Amino acid sequence: MADKPEVVTNGIAASPGIAMGRVLVSTRRDISVPFRHLETGEAEAEKKRLEEAMAAARDQLQETREKVAVDMGESYARIFDAHVMILEDRGSLDQVMEKIDGGYNAEFAFNAVFSKHERLLWEKGDTYIKDRAGDIRDVRRRVLSNLLGARPTRRDLSKIDEPVIVIAHDLSPADTAQMRKEKVMGFATDIGGRTSHTAIMARSLEIPAVVGLNDVTSRVGDGDFVILDGNRGKLIISPGAETRKKYAEEVKRYESFTRGLLRYKDLPATTIDGHTVTLSANIELHDEVDSVLEHGAEGIGLYRTEFIYIGREGLPTEDEQFLIYKDVASRLAPNPVIIRTMDLGGDKFLSAFESPKEMNPYLGWRGIRFCLARKDIFKTQLRAILRSTSFGDVKVMYPMISSLDELVDANMVLEEAKKELKREGHEFNNQCEVGIMVETPAAVMIARELAPHVSFFSIGSNDLIQYALAADRGNEKVAYLYKPLHPGVLRFIDETIRVGRESGIWVGLCGEMSSDVVCAYVLLGLGIDELSTSPYVVPEIKEKVRSVYFSEAEKIARHVLTLRTASEVEQAVLEKMERDLPELLL
Amino acid sequence: MINVKGLHLSAAAEVVKTALRFESGVWLCKDGIEANARSILGLLPLVAVMGSEVIVKADGPDEEDAVRAIVALFNAKFNEEA
Repeated sequence: MADKPEVVTNGIAASPGIAMGRVLVSTRRDISVPFRHLETGEAEAEKKRLEEAMAAARDQLQETREKVAVDMGESYARIFDAHVMILEDRGSLDQVMEKIDGGYNAEFAFNAVFSKHERLLWEKGDTYIKDRAGDIRDVRRRVLSNLLGARPTRRDLSKIDEPVIVIAHDLSPADTAQMRKEKVMGFATDIGGRTSHTAIMARSLEIPAVVGLNDVTSRVGDGDFVILDGNRGKLIISPGAETRKKYAEEVKRYESFTRGLLRYKDLPATTIDGHTVTLSANIELHDEVDSVLEHGAEGIGLYRTEFIYIGREGLPTEDEQFLIYKDVASRLAPNPVIIRTMDLGGDKFLSAFESPKEMNPYLGWRGIRFCLARKDIFKTQLRAILRSTSFGDVKVMYPMISSLDELVDANMVLEEAKKELKREGHEFNNQCEVGIMVETPAAVMIARELAPHVSFFSIGSNDLIQYALAADRGNEKVAYLYKPLHPGVLRFIDETIRVGRESGIWVGLCGEMSSDVVCAYVLLGLGIDELSTSPYVVPEIKEKVRSVYFSEAEKIARHVLTLRTASEVEQAVLEKMERDLPELLL
Repeated sequence: MINVKGLHLSAAAEVVKTALRFESGVWLCKDGIEANARSILGLLPLVAVMGSEVIVKADGPDEEDAVRAIVALFNAKFNEEA
């Protein structure tokens, strides 16, 4: 049979788990809003029509609310109270009625007022606020489809017969609440973020989900076979035999994990011949700490702190931050927590600032550049982190370092923070380790100069690959260039690890490379000291590490450094793994 | 006028419920934005105001009770603990 080529699409991991199966595309037919001028005397009838549509919407929301309260609990049900309230918003309704009196039809009048609210929130640019615009959109669509007649705008997700993976442009929390694990194996959407109510409900229902895939609805059709990887935020369309085999094995492992059979949870990631790497987890939300502990990670290798800053107005105070860091540190103790100072910019902006429109945000005002320009904000965060060092093994890490000056300046701010804290009588660990993300090619090339100023390097592979290959993987036309096993990338990584070893500091890697079995095998062979992945992938990588020989991994890693292309590397590693470790590729 | 702290979506819903119990108009003010506390859509632009200060204003026959009730709600963390 003529197979379609495998396509991997990257989005946002909204809810963990893996699903493999057939697609059901649940498109909401784009609601087109009719427009007409009312005849004289028609306004009252039009208002009545709107009131009926709204009453129906209220009943539907109320019904969902009751169901959710029973199935999921009161705190989730409250989402729908807020939706009812949006529906009943007095001021907005008055505006809608005024428009109807002014001669516009109900659909047009209602849509005009409510989409304006939506647009105002959307324009604020902040991720959390954008997700709230989604709440208004759900209510607006519900009323419009009631107005336009009984015809349902999408398939009823509670009436699906066979287990499917639902693909939709967007799903409302009400849509999500209808899903049952037995029938909906997972879902993927074009839009949405980690803090949307849909994502929050998916996590509670334990349905794997990937959101923010941009155009996925236009790339799949009903009945297509896909793999949804909610651990890594990927949707793989028409996966090849290799990929299917790999994931089938992971699903098995994942299921056995969810049954609580985590054999290796408390064991170290040590190869058969006695070489140990540290396996840590990446987190971005404070409430992910539980899953770090459950999955047997040996610490947090990357705590992204951006979410403390976005989704709010104004900046978080030192005390607010301190309480969060202290909680994470003490729950992980004695295991280490690496807190990365804020990496705003790129695709994340602070609503407290006018987010500058940049031609090239990934090469712009972000990471340490922002921190050093706003030392007041930076120092507040460093003070909060330092104060948390009394409660666990907390380490500080700076993002986006591209010159020695930046590192020296950042360390100076850290020293000032320490001095201040000492003067004020705060306790902290003066020996707290400091490290940097190695994610710019320049940082690799001056690693020898940077090393004396830090205790560790952590390779940020996502950005390093993107900068090394000058390819934005979010851009479909060049995404094919984004190859972790490109010899150029591997030589950068090798150089970083070598310099680290010669300078007496440890080197880790936090990025998606560490969650891919083939890449992780090469990294192990290159002598990486620590791998930090999504918590959900930790058990799998640990099991793999425990079933291989370090000496063999080292041999193949040395060999691939001499190869010329990414595909030669890939082929060589796969052949080696097939020959020596067939069970690894299952 | 009293300074209080904190607000998000279901919290905003609680604020609206409370404000609607009074006859007076009630507003929350922040950075020059005056948001009508009787309207959830009016409050949404302020939902991200967590941990920063907002000012409560009321105007009408029961204005003092209204402000007191809103402040009490903020202090009770929007009855969300349950």
